[in-house]
This record gives sequence, structure tokens and C-alpha cells, in this order.
Amino acid sequence: MKARARPGRNARGAARFAPGDAVRVAGRDALGHCRTPWYLRGKIGIIASVHGSFRDPESLAYHKPGLPAHVLYKVRFKQSAIWGAYKGPDSDQLEADIFEHWLELLDRANRE
Amino acid sequence: MREPKRKTLKRKGTGGRAAHDVGGLAFGRIDREEHDLALWEKRTDAMLRLLVTPGKRAFTVDGLRRVIEDYGQQEYDRTTYYEKWIRAVRNLVVEQEIVTRSEVEARMEEIGARYAKAGRRAPKGKIPW
Repeated sequence: MKARARPGRNARGAARFAPGDAVRVAGRDALGHCRTPWYLRGKIGIIASVHGSFRDPESLAYHKPGLPAHVLYKVRFKQSAIWGAYKGPDSDQLEADIFEHWLELLDRANRE
Repeated sequence: MREPKRKTLKRKGTGGRAAHDVGGLAFGRIDREEHDLALWEKRTDAMLRLLVTPGKRAFTVDGLRRVIEDYGQQEYDRTTYYEKWIRAVRNLVVEQEIVTRSEVEARMEEIGARYAKAGRRAPKGKIPW
């Protein structure tokens, strides 16, 4: 199903990351529902775009309001950085939607 | 309303993955044939969509996911897509106190009896709660 999280009313201020920033997905465990797949935990990617603020599925899943909303990003990974023995071309990529509280900044993109 | 318990049922031998979180594990080839949906599957889809619609908001799709993720590895692997949905829809309407568990069970018995009387075959097993 596509239409799931609606933009939160109490969206926090600006997004912490911008397109081009290098980020690492947190390597932590989650207790209960979360949208960050296991195969991306601890992996390094690049912010591709900022989707906006959405209510938090980790709290919505338990009949709570999902606030504060979190910024959701499209993060781009190299397939070879995800799978230990990836046999496809080095240029192959994978994009995933990851919430801000699962990301840490590694390197700011150069901005003029 | 009681707040549902936050838990993670792990998948055996995967070093900590939740039971449902199987991306990247070897499961053989994917069957990419299109399959016709049974009437009950279409009804399940319709019910879910109506229950999560903004006007109703009986629960969220995130809640549906959470209930399904809490089935545990054995049930998760054994059941089909809409089998996962219908069990979760039933459990969520009870969890949200829209109907009671005994109302659901009484209704299932009533339908079972009606089927038997009409000589129709009703499925045997019960869906676990």
C-alpha cells in the first residue's frame, strides 16, 4: 500500500541532512515495529532527496499519534556496499526511505 | 484501551533479525506468476482499506504491520499474504474494542452452523489469536 504516513502537523523544523550528504544507518536493534530494514543497518549511503515530515510509524503502530513527526529521506546505497558478495555491476544502486532518527551524518556534501 | 506490548520476535540463526525482516536472505526463486484472488481476499483488502480510511481511523497500516510482525517466524512463513491481513484485522478490531473477542467467536460459530446446515464445507482449522 502506498498512502500510509500523512505529513505530521507538528513537523519539526528543517531537515538535518541535505541531498549529497553521506550518512550511516544506525546499526542498533529496534524493539517492536520499525521501518528500517535489517539489511541496511550500519550501511553507508548518500541522501538522494528529502521527502518531508511524517508521523512516526514506530509509535503509530501502537495506536499512538506518531508525534513528533520525523523527516523522511530517500537514501541511495551502492548495492556492493550492502551485500557482502554482490556480483552485479559496481554502478548498481538501491534506494530506500529512511527516517532521520535512524541516520547519522558522516560527511557533508560540498555546497557552493 | 490497553497499549499493545512492544516486542521483537527474532528469526532463528540470523543474528538478531526480526522474524519478518527477511530482506537479503536466501528464499529461492520468487514465483512471479499473477494469481487470481479469492473473494475473501478481495473482501479482506476492502475491509482493511475502509478501517484505516481517514474518516474511520480504526487503526493504522503501521498497526497492521506490527500485529503481523508479532506472529513469529513459524506463522509468518506458513501463512499467505491475505491470511496475515485477515488475522491482523480481526485482532486489531478487538484490540481497539470495536468488537469483543467473544462476539467474533460467537459469530464464527453461527456461520459454521449455518454452513453445516446448508451442507457447505467450512474450513476446519481456527485462526490463532
